[in-house]
Amino acid sequence: MIRARDLRKSFGDRSGVTVEAVKGISLDVRRGEAFGFLGPNGAGKSSTMRMIAAVSPVSGGELLILGMDPSTDGPAIRARIGVCPQDDTLDTELNVFDNLYIYGRYFGIPKSEVRSRADELLEFVQLTEKRGAKVESLSGGMKRRLTIARSLINRPDLLLLDEPTTGLDPQARHVVWDRLFRLKQQGVTLVITTHYMDEAEQLCDRLVVMDKGVIAAEGSPLELIREHSTREVAELRFPVGDHDATAEKIADLGERVEVLPDRILVYSDDGEHVLAKVHERGLDPIATLVRRSTLEDVFLRLTGRTLVD
Amino acid sequence: MTSTGSTTGPVATTGSRLSIAQGVSRQADYWWTYYKRTWKGSIVSSFLSPLFYVLAMGVLLGGFVHVSPARLDGATSYLAFIVPGLIAAQAMTTGVAETTYPVMGAIKWQKSFYAQLATPLEARDLANAMLLFVLVRVAATCGVYFLVMAPFGVFESWWGPLLAWGVTILVGMSFGTLTFAYSAHVEGPESFGLIFRLGLIPLFLFSGAFFPITNLGTFGEWVARCTPLWHGVNLTRMLCLDNVVWSTAAINLAILVAVTVVGWWLAIRTLTTRLAS
Repeated sequence: MIRARDLRKSFGDRSGVTVEAVKGISLDVRRGEAFGFLGPNGAGKSSTMRMIAAVSPVSGGELLILGMDPSTDGPAIRARIGVCPQDDTLDTELNVFDNLYIYGRYFGIPKSEVRSRADELLEFVQLTEKRGAKVESLSGGMKRRLTIARSLINRPDLLLLDEPTTGLDPQARHVVWDRLFRLKQQGVTLVITTHYMDEAEQLCDRLVVMDKGVIAAEGSPLELIREHSTREVAELRFPVGDHDATAEKIADLGERVEVLPDRILVYSDDGEHVLAKVHERGLDPIATLVRRSTLEDVFLRLTGRTLVD
Repeated sequence: MTSTGSTTGPVATTGSRLSIAQGVSRQADYWWTYYKRTWKGSIVSSFLSPLFYVLAMGVLLGGFVHVSPARLDGATSYLAFIVPGLIAAQAMTTGVAETTYPVMGAIKWQKSFYAQLATPLEARDLANAMLLFVLVRVAATCGVYFLVMAPFGVFESWWGPLLAWGVTILVGMSFGTLTFAYSAHVEGPESFGLIFRLGLIPLFLFSGAFFPITNLGTFGEWVARCTPLWHGVNLTRMLCLDNVVWSTAAINLAILVAVTVVGWWLAIRTLTTRLAS
């Protein structure tokens, strides 16, 4: 569905400085899979998405979407993909139904057909009773669902979702996930950017972690955890101030030990064993927790804990 | 595919672009709902306020103005002199008003251009449809203006005002396309107030709408002749008063057409650049 080889994007900002947002990435997205782009802010996810959406010209490398070249076949590509942007670009002055209807008309879908599709989609995203409501009156979750419905009006083969659940409350997130999961079951290929690890684990068959414009890692969530982290993590909490000294004493217990201000993380395939050893050495943590490694551990390992603005 | 060239994809089909007509017609439903939503407000701003000008300047102030028709480009009354100028100026104001905040809003606030760009439409189609809407709005505003003025006996023929209507549409579009390009280029709306105060008002006052520009002195007259509005005012007036100097008319028309074409090209170009960045 998507094939990228050494794909690059750079732009000059208004002061004339050239910014390289994407520095040569290669990837393939296959039909029917859910593919994720993970990365901190400024990693180049959105720039990549905009190139895949055939709205932002490619600066270098090769990009094929649905077998077509976005530089010559932009309109034909866009006719077959759906885009759910990060900030809902709904028309707030129109009602819910008209947002779908008017958008569908941009694709050249006949009027009666758009009307029936719009009603179907409102059903699908559970907004039927809001059909005549002004968009302004909708909650954040409803707006996001409406944006998703709008991106489906052309029955796309490929759906691009940029941060689909950012800013939503847990209930709304689960509704969105549920709908996206159903779409995936219907065979729609999903490409998702997110910085929520649980979202990536829930939805993505395969993902890449992007950092500073390049791909830092690629694989299924499980593969990534296996490759870049240990099976388990033992979290140990000691009195404040003791962490650095204590960490030295237990550095050999795991593959890797990470000292955070409030706790020590010991990465090991057997967390309980680590705990036993800690106690054996006469150390007495205030609190302990053994958990499975998550994508978040992988993410933080690959992209660092430093805040990115 | 800039560096490697395509061998794997299908043969590039340039036919995947929509035709200009398709690009515009697919947005008809949008602009129709937009029109239904805004026409009431637009009546007040685009019709009532010019009518106040006609009453205050043309009828009431004009009552004090008694000069020979020779000094008023052949108009038999001051009212007959300023009405064509007022309509041409109204065309300009409408063209500018419809392409400042609406363009900025579609880029920056509502982001509707970005939403539309995710469909087969291109920046070109978005500019065309919006400019066509501006044209309809200018045509409606000026058309009503001409109709309302007809009973005042300020027109010397029936065909003159009809042609003049087309000229005012051209005036609206020459300003509308240029302003569209400007609005698509600037970062924010801060300069719009300046355009209205230091751009439109001086043009309105000194481009021959209220008095012949020969009163401005040699330099002032030369400056006035460089503005598209004067060409519009002059041509509109010649047609309404039925004293067309065809050589001048040809120049007036050529300038208006040229500005519109260049403005149109610039509008598409700047919007394309803006939306791709």
